Amino acid sequence: MSDASHDSVQSGPLTTADGKPLKAALASAQAHRTRRAFYLVAPLLFFVVITFLMPIGQLLTKSVNNPAFYSWQDRDTGEKIPLMVDLRAWFDAHPAGTGPDEAAYAALVTGLVHAKEVKAQGQIGTRINYEVSGSRSLFTKTARKADKLEPPYKEAVLDVDKDWDDPKLWNSMRNASKAFTIDFYLSALDRTRDDSGNIIKADEERAVYILLFERTLVMSALITFITFLLGFPIAHLLATLPLRHSNLLMIFVLLPFWTSLLVRTTSWIVLLQSQGVVNDIWVSVGLISDENRLQMIYNQAGTIIAMTHILLPFMVLPLYSVMRPIDPSYVRAARSLGATSWTAFRRIYMPQTIPGIGAGGLLVFILAVGYYITPALVGGSTGQLISNLIAFHMQNSLNWSLAAALASLLLFAVLLLYWLYDRLIGIDNLKLG
Amino acid sequence: MTETADANVASFVEFRGVQKSYDGETLVVKDLNLKMPKGEFLTMLGPSGSGKTTCLMMLAGFETATHGEILLDDQPINNIPPHKRGIGMVFQNYALFPHMTVGENLSFPLEVRGMGKSEREEKVRRALDMVQMGSFAARRPAQLSGGQKQRIALARALVFEPKLVLMDEPLGALDKQLREHMQFEIKHLHESLGITVVYVTHDQSEALTMSDRVAVFNDGRIQQLAPPDELYERPQNAFVAGFIGENNKLEGRIEEIHDNKALVRLKTGELIDATPVNVTKVGQETLVSVRPERVEFKPEFFDKGAHTIEAEVLEFIYMGDTFRTRLRVAGHDDFVMKCRNMLGQRRLEPGEKIPISWHMQDARALEKNSAI
Ligand SMILES: Nc1ncnc2c1ncn2[C@@H]1O[C@H](COP(=O)(O)OP(=O)(O)OP(=O)(O)O)[C@@H](O)[C@H]1O
Ligand SMILES: [Mg+2]
Repeated sequence: MSDASHDSVQSGPLTTADGKPLKAALASAQAHRTRRAFYLVAPLLFFVVITFLMPIGQLLTKSVNNPAFYSWQDRDTGEKIPLMVDLRAWFDAHPAGTGPDEAAYAALVTGLVHAKEVKAQGQIGTRINYEVSGSRSLFTKTARKADKLEPPYKEAVLDVDKDWDDPKLWNSMRNASKAFTIDFYLSALDRTRDDSGNIIKADEERAVYILLFERTLVMSALITFITFLLGFPIAHLLATLPLRHSNLLMIFVLLPFWTSLLVRTTSWIVLLQSQGVVNDIWVSVGLISDENRLQMIYNQAGTIIAMTHILLPFMVLPLYSVMRPIDPSYVRAARSLGATSWTAFRRIYMPQTIPGIGAGGLLVFILAVGYYITPALVGGSTGQLISNLIAFHMQNSLNWSLAAALASLLLFAVLLLYWLYDRLIGIDNLKLG
Repeated sequence: MTETADANVASFVEFRGVQKSYDGETLVVKDLNLKMPKGEFLTMLGPSGSGKTTCLMMLAGFETATHGEILLDDQPINNIPPHKRGIGMVFQNYALFPHMTVGENLSFPLEVRGMGKSEREEKVRRALDMVQMGSFAARRPAQLSGGQKQRIALARALVFEPKLVLMDEPLGALDKQLREHMQFEIKHLHESLGITVVYVTHDQSEALTMSDRVAVFNDGRIQQLAPPDELYERPQNAFVAGFIGENNKLEGRIEEIHDNKALVRLKTGELIDATPVNVTKVGQETLVSVRPERVEFKPEFFDKGAHTIEAEVLEFIYMGDTFRTRLRVAGHDDFVMKCRNMLGQRRLEPGEKIPISWHMQDARALEKNSAI
């Protein structure tokens, strides 16, 4: 080692040969590499932002903000026109629980007249219809006659339809005129507001969401558990069999991936329906009588069977990838140290597969929680999951905000699970292959 | 030939006519017979694929013998599962359980034997001290160096006080210096604990320095089972002669044969003296094997009346403690002679012609067809 470098060790910060501080030189060298890495992933990043992050952001916004009642976007110009301006001002001036007075009705009529001019009355009605059914026709009917109404407006409006003095309706309009509302989350959790705005439980017949959330979580957990029970031995076999046998087995495991989801699901219908193959076989061998054919499809059993089958590879593959590199000498060592084969399996083999169990379990559970097609096709009414209800609100009731609230609750649940997993097992232990 | 050597030994481990085939077509182990007394350090030495690991696995119970019997303490163990055999084993890759600490690794065999906690801790501590790893109990195997892992594997195989310890190339992954150090430690433990050890290696110097006896494996058979010095000095066949140490081989034909003296005519016509080992008939093809360090070129050291041959120096290599000379002898270009670097030792020049000779007992006439 030369004297110069020896000196620099003793006198303060290290420098490179040309006298730059070593730290700065290192930082600039690394910054260059970081930049290059960024350019390489930029296209993917762009893609992810456009197709994934933005929709999620929009979803989250939609779940707390539905402007249908107070804002109208012109189809041709794209211009945003405010609606119900006077009524919103009245709501701002009067606290929740105040009954509508003449001024409120006057504001309503002005709002409706304006809405009719821009043809927004349907949108407003639909928005209120989420909470008070029958409101859509009420709004369109009243808006049609609004420009002919004379003061006093209260009586005039009530003349058009007596339903206008329903406090629920006014409450709903008050909520709909707010920019931000948690009401969709309340609905998603089977809660609603009473006339004075307090949060209460929803009616028995409207309270379906918590039940469905519970059912979704329980069924997903059950499916995860069954795939684990079925998948663990297969993965073990795959990992320990000689290559030419294990390749064949692997093809069987992967076969479901190569056929369309729809085909697989419908073939379960063929197999499981009451006049289906499985029931026929059971009847013909005398296991059950012809009258007592088992109902295995269009209910929870159908959903569980079909989804277990479809999700099985997602359990087997992570397990396999963890088991393959486990050296057989570990188990042999345990055996030579005096452990029975069961103890060796439980104490030595099993713990080494935990990253695979975690990964497979998390993967299957998350996929199951959001599964849609299979429960829709084979679930009947008792086998529906929360995603079917989300789809219903997206496609039929058009209550996108409620769909968004339900979907984001699902998202939070999954993130929570992920966090729990990280705390308990550690995300860096996750092995997907 | 191997049975006679140890027929009277009180055996602790015994292989009786053991054969093993994995595929039903070829025998990986062919007729293995072996007796080991208690406390012996026996090494299985042989080229890759000669069936050493297979023998060890059969002894440990992870493979079943296709034919024959294995006895431990005079009890047949063919049907005893591995965990009941009480045999400690050190694996080539150590096989330390990665999800357990060093301490847990060591306490595992005690735990499965239902030993109490305090007794376990005491034994683990003693075992760790024995391999000078007392302060490493809380570490994970991944945080250890190769040599440290090796010691832990050793301690784990010994902690439950097995009667027999098997080691399958335990030092294979270590560098030369550490390997030599560990050889010494293993040997030391063997002596102080009085355990019986079956050791597998394909490093012959390791086998020679550590073992009481060495079994040289080739082609699924024990070629020779003998103490290291006998193996080196008196190889029983051409394979052993060629496998252990360096060896010069001269092809020839038996000209005359007496009880312990054979006259061999080499291909090029010269006559040399040799000790017959497994040659019996005049006219038989033979390989005469001579160790490089037993070749003499100074006439004052020649045996009286012994034949000498002319050799041409091809290369003279200075190696520090020795000189290594490559010679052309009787048409062979690869004849090597080693001599000590003594005071006044003269350098031999390439092209120089010298007579060489050796003591008759250092030249061993072996049957040619068992050659490698
Ligand atoms: N599980 C197995 N299945 C089939 N053949 C095997 C198996 N294990 C070993 N063999 C074969 O048996 C022969 C002997 O193998 P073995 O492992 O005993 O050799 P070895 O002497 O330990 O060699 P090395 O020094 O390379 O470890 C080899 O030809 C090998 O290919
Ligand atoms: Mg081996």
